[in-house]
Amino acid sequence: MEVKSEASGPKATRVKTEPRVNSENQTYKLRAKNIDVFYGDFQAIHDISLDIIDNSITAFIGPSGCGKSTFLRLFNRMNDYIDGFSMNGQILLEGQDIYDPSVNVEELRKKIGMVFQKPNPFPKSIFENVAYGLRIQGIKDKDFIEQRVVESLKQATLFEEVKDDLDKQALALSGGQQQRLCMARTLAVKPSVLLMDEPTSALDPISTAKIEELITELKKKYTIAIVTHNMQQAGRISDNTVFLYMGKLVEYGDTQKIFTNPEKDRTQNYITGRFG
Amino acid sequence: MGLTATILCLLILAIFIGFIIYQGVGRLSWDFLISLPSRFAERSGIYTAWIGTLWVLVLTTLISFPLGVGAGIYLEEYGKKNKLNKFLEINIANLAGVPSIIYGLLGLEVFVRLMNMGSSILAGSLTLALLILPIIIVSTREAIRAVPSTIKEASVALGASKWQTIWNQILPASFGGILTGVILAISRAVGETAPLIVVGALAYVPFAPQGPLDEFTVLPIQIFNWVSRPQHEFAINAAAAIIILLLITFIMNGIAVYMRHRWQRKIDW
Repeated sequence: MEVKSEASGPKATRVKTEPRVNSENQTYKLRAKNIDVFYGDFQAIHDISLDIIDNSITAFIGPSGCGKSTFLRLFNRMNDYIDGFSMNGQILLEGQDIYDPSVNVEELRKKIGMVFQKPNPFPKSIFENVAYGLRIQGIKDKDFIEQRVVESLKQATLFEEVKDDLDKQALALSGGQQQRLCMARTLAVKPSVLLMDEPTSALDPISTAKIEELITELKKKYTIAIVTHNMQQAGRISDNTVFLYMGKLVEYGDTQKIFTNPEKDRTQNYITGRFG
Repeated sequence: MGLTATILCLLILAIFIGFIIYQGVGRLSWDFLISLPSRFAERSGIYTAWIGTLWVLVLTTLISFPLGVGAGIYLEEYGKKNKLNKFLEINIANLAGVPSIIYGLLGLEVFVRLMNMGSSILAGSLTLALLILPIIIVSTREAIRAVPSTIKEASVALGASKWQTIWNQILPASFGGILTGVILAISRAVGETAPLIVVGALAYVPFAPQGPLDEFTVLPIQIFNWVSRPQHEFAINAAAAIIILLLITFIMNGIAVYMRHRWQRKIDW
């Protein structure tokens, strides 16, 4: 005779109600808990836990192959399609596990937008690039789409440059313009988090400055996580900095502190350019 | 060395075509196109043959295009990298090299006999569709693979589903390549003789086919039949018919080249 578990009545839904506010009254937008990532047998991320604060810019730095892009792509589940990918741990967006089987990945990606390393506009017109995210949601209202396209282009500080020719091929734009178009395209879907994977590494200094200015401006409304190879960039624009090395979290904290007075020697060495 | 070989090849081809045109062009006329075959060479025409070719062409396209492109999309975008799919891939590549007469035998057994279609246009088209499916699948996959993965990522990252990404981004970007492959495959099917003979296409069909279940003949079989006759007049008929067949394949190849050119110019990554 087995004694059944005493739980009776409707099964309690597992709601993870953890405090999302820290001692300084900052809200956590994203929380990663004990993340391991494997590509086949290779372990790319080793037990990383970190919290990303709402309406802040978090920079991920570290030498090539340290796992920063892999880590960033966990937040919008872009690694899902990679062969051999598997992971342990949890990633919570506003307290909800985004790897839970009940999560609709498409909906998730509307909340967490991404801008890539190389500008990758679609081979369509400027207008259609920005409208794409809305069209795939089945939105047909022309006025609404047009209004959102203009609004997004303005937000991405591209509107003034292209307003006379929105039907122009996006691929005919310059690299910097293309990248801002990609920003506009992402913003049009109204995400609350923006992931950026080395968004300026393919751009010239002037375009880079424009993008950085834009990112700083976007912080007011969005939580931003950015991967960068550029130390100065991380120092200039981010509030917090994560330093990864060989798939492990070395140091995470206030950017000011990490760049002036890091706790670990390895961080110090990397930031001052002694290795990496 | 290579240049000499190329020139030699082209020269032989030019002589070949020149000879055919010299022989056959005088025989080309409206009557030749709309006359039924006859045992008198000068009264004989290719009406049944080109109507049959047209039927086969359209049906083969209708069957092989959706199947081949669909299979290509599946293997490239949905198929997991497991043993079964690897096995399928190797076999599709091998199928492209199987002699066409083998397909004819398969068609004879499966379509004509087992499925009771008889020696009909439908049976012939299904057989040819099988023959060119591997070509269409392989070229579809290549065209899809040529689309940069950054485009797929951009679409997916905006919340598009896999199918939305395929439909809105991957297919438009690879359509030129897919279409080129399909057209080249079909123009190969138009010239095929052996599998259709095995399936039972007839050299002499007294009436033009009215529907997909009618008996039929096609241009290559008509040509084959005329060439094998002893009278010189039939050889001239064959030459004229070859000109028509060549025209059809050239036009189709021309369309393929144009498509590729047009779509490539439109998208410059």
